[in-house]
Amino acid sequence: MQQITDGQQQVVVTGSTVRQIVNNLEEKFPGIKDRLVDNNRIKPNISVAVDGEITPLGMLERVDEESEVHFLPAIGGG
Amino acid sequence: MTAAYEANVVLASKTYDVIGTRPIRHDGADKVTGRAKYGADFQTADLLYAKILRSPHSHARIKSIDTSRAETFPGIRAVVTAQDWPVGSGGEGPIQLGELTTDLKYLRDNIMASDKVLFKGHPIAGVAAINAHVAEEALNLIEVEYDVLPAVLTAPEAMQQGAPLIQEDLKTEEFGEKIDKASNVAEHFQHKQGDLDQGFAEADIVVEREFDTATVHQGYIEPHNCTVQWNKDGRLHVWNSTQGPFEVRDATAKVLGLSASEIKLTPMEIGGGFGGKFEPYGEPIAALLSRKTGKPVKVVMTRMEEFESTGPTSGAHLKLKMGATKDGQITAAYAHLAYEAGAYPGSPVSAGAMCVFAAYDISNIVIDGFDVLVNKTKSAAYRAPGATQAAMATETVVDELAEQIGLDPIELRLRNAAREGTRRADGVVFPRIGCVEVLQAMKDHPHYKEPLTGPNRGRGVAVGYWMNGGNQSSVNISIHSDGTINLIEGSPDIGGSRASISMQAAEVLGIAAEDVHPAVVDTDSIGSTGGTGGSSVTFKAGWAAHEAAHDVKRQMIERAAIIWEVSSDSVELHKGTFKSKTDPGLSMTFKELAAQLDETGGPIMGRGTVNPSGAGGAYAGNIVDVEVDPETGKVDILRFTVIQDAGKAIHPSYVEGQMQGGSVQGIGWALNEEYFMDDVGRMTNSTLLDYRMPIALDLPMIDTVIVEVANPGHPFGVRGVGEVNIASPPAAIANAIYKAQGIRMNVLPMNPAAIMEAIWRQQK
Repeated sequence: MQQITDGQQQVVVTGSTVRQIVNNLEEKFPGIKDRLVDNNRIKPNISVAVDGEITPLGMLERVDEESEVHFLPAIGGG
Repeated sequence: MTAAYEANVVLASKTYDVIGTRPIRHDGADKVTGRAKYGADFQTADLLYAKILRSPHSHARIKSIDTSRAETFPGIRAVVTAQDWPVGSGGEGPIQLGELTTDLKYLRDNIMASDKVLFKGHPIAGVAAINAHVAEEALNLIEVEYDVLPAVLTAPEAMQQGAPLIQEDLKTEEFGEKIDKASNVAEHFQHKQGDLDQGFAEADIVVEREFDTATVHQGYIEPHNCTVQWNKDGRLHVWNSTQGPFEVRDATAKVLGLSASEIKLTPMEIGGGFGGKFEPYGEPIAALLSRKTGKPVKVVMTRMEEFESTGPTSGAHLKLKMGATKDGQITAAYAHLAYEAGAYPGSPVSAGAMCVFAAYDISNIVIDGFDVLVNKTKSAAYRAPGATQAAMATETVVDELAEQIGLDPIELRLRNAAREGTRRADGVVFPRIGCVEVLQAMKDHPHYKEPLTGPNRGRGVAVGYWMNGGNQSSVNISIHSDGTINLIEGSPDIGGSRASISMQAAEVLGIAAEDVHPAVVDTDSIGSTGGTGGSSVTFKAGWAAHEAAHDVKRQMIERAAIIWEVSSDSVELHKGTFKSKTDPGLSMTFKELAAQLDETGGPIMGRGTVNPSGAGGAYAGNIVDVEVDPETGKVDILRFTVIQDAGKAIHPSYVEGQMQGGSVQGIGWALNEEYFMDDVGRMTNSTLLDYRMPIALDLPMIDTVIVEVANPGHPFGVRGVGEVNIASPPAAIANAIYKAQGIRMNVLPMNPAAIMEAIWRQQK
């Protein structure tokens, strides 16, 4: 993903939900939304972590002003 | 001689009335007396028995299938192939299988091949007969014409330019973007943090190694089995052995073109899963046969079918490079992880990438992960999937760094240990974790301090990490007039989870764990529940039980208030007794109040539904003493200690059982287990005689220490305990072998042949 963000390891965008974050990322880095979203939902093979915790709410998860949001490969346990 | 010590220790963080005690598990008596009902025990009227025809080739195009002779064989009632998938079913696109995702076309093809067979054992057709023997005979009458293709069997082979393509239209996905070139690499991702080149430039010592780990199987004692009845009203009923009733129900529905509500799945008791029982294998085939015949159809796999056609964990090729300063600070780490997915995408490489450096606070990291197709059966989850392969690489390299720096191996780990606030390579910042506490407990343990004497003996240590999972869960509680409660939930019990869920409800209500009657119910009878895996059940179902118990408590308080003619605000529940906050003369036990529910408003039911985040990652470490026979290469485990952070051990005996079980599986993985493949991709050791798992006679007692660093994300501080304990044993054993014989092992298994080869190389 750093290829899309011009090599930046962290980027700052505004938004109070993951959906807003994704839309605002798309404005800054066109094409990033297609990498993350399918049919208005986070792609099934991608997890969203807000402040270190994987959220089951995906795009609906609320985000605070100082929150960190990470998009990670989804994983499963055994 | 070993000095006296306590074999099993709980370093408890907080004490409760019920939590932390050791009641007898609710399902124990039935399981040890043979009364418990497993899937193969299931019987019903007019039952037919199915067998599956499987490919003898590891890679071939199917030119034709002729089932006509089988269809007319006496005793055969139906034959199905991929042509029998219902019209309008299937299609393509991602499908959720619990925590994992796969593609619907891949799932269907894995269940029954359509145009190509991609591994030896790949199902091609199913027959249903009056008994299993007739079904077996009829398989020989199905004529299949193949066009055999070359096979690829390892990740490095499959990644080479010009390698035979397994899925001819597969394009590599790089974090959501498809690269327009056909490949056996389903996915490549990279995690990057800091400046790797700068980090290595700062290092005084750099160690770089390559590793190869073999495919291994979960080895659950109970094979996959199912009975499926496709009723006249269009609804299916499935009885099976599964970790994921809702996952298997939903996946079976998608494959058959049904909605999930048209299937009711009853999970029977399960004889082990370890991650390998989340996917449908026989269920959709049995369903097709049941639809054709109008009868229930049962499928029970043999052990050979289990090995060849279900989901072992990935073999892997790993490259690791780490650098450290001479005073013991790790400055840089690089990992190349190429994991075998099998015939369809979905290896646990992304989990491996999250775990590989998770025990350390390192500023400069790059991890490249590759999900690689090979001509083997599709991989599935196996207890901390992806973590063991990664830990084998990291923990042996860290050990080598410690040796070159001249530091105690646990001390080096402590100096670089991940803590709250450490940023993982994929960017996530750790909340409160117990890595330091586990390492300190290892250093303080008598095993680590006692001298090890004798020739050819060595001691090794290693530590591992697992994220642990959450997912949704539902619990309902109802109350009997005698004050006992029914607790129903949807998580198959693979390790005593009925007990741990019940104990959490009992703690809230102030009753005994024995006064809870837990039941695992079918998918029609409880709200949607994520599968039993990811070390999640005690966390999520326990939380749901906690919520349901609080719901019961609230309603019971209202009833007490009715009886006492006071407001419910003035009533409290304290250690199982309802009391008035203002009148000490008013009190009633839970049992006494339960007897009065009918005349105070009727039955009470409590409900809890959760989908929590905050699962809380966990660490586990090992100290192991080995003796290596330099003449034969045989490794004997002399002493084995596992130290693990459980957050809060709800039932310490079952936590200890998980720690010991995971350790034994890790030892088997380390010393002997592997898919021994011939050069055309056939597994040649597909029986339990030749696929050698450890038995009780092979090992000493495994000592345990439960560390409790409470997980802030759970009401009782629970962290999952089932998985992390398998991550570190192979590396700890490899480090011990080095101390015993001076050979650095970079392969799994470290069987006698591998050990002798390493010794001979060293002697040259």
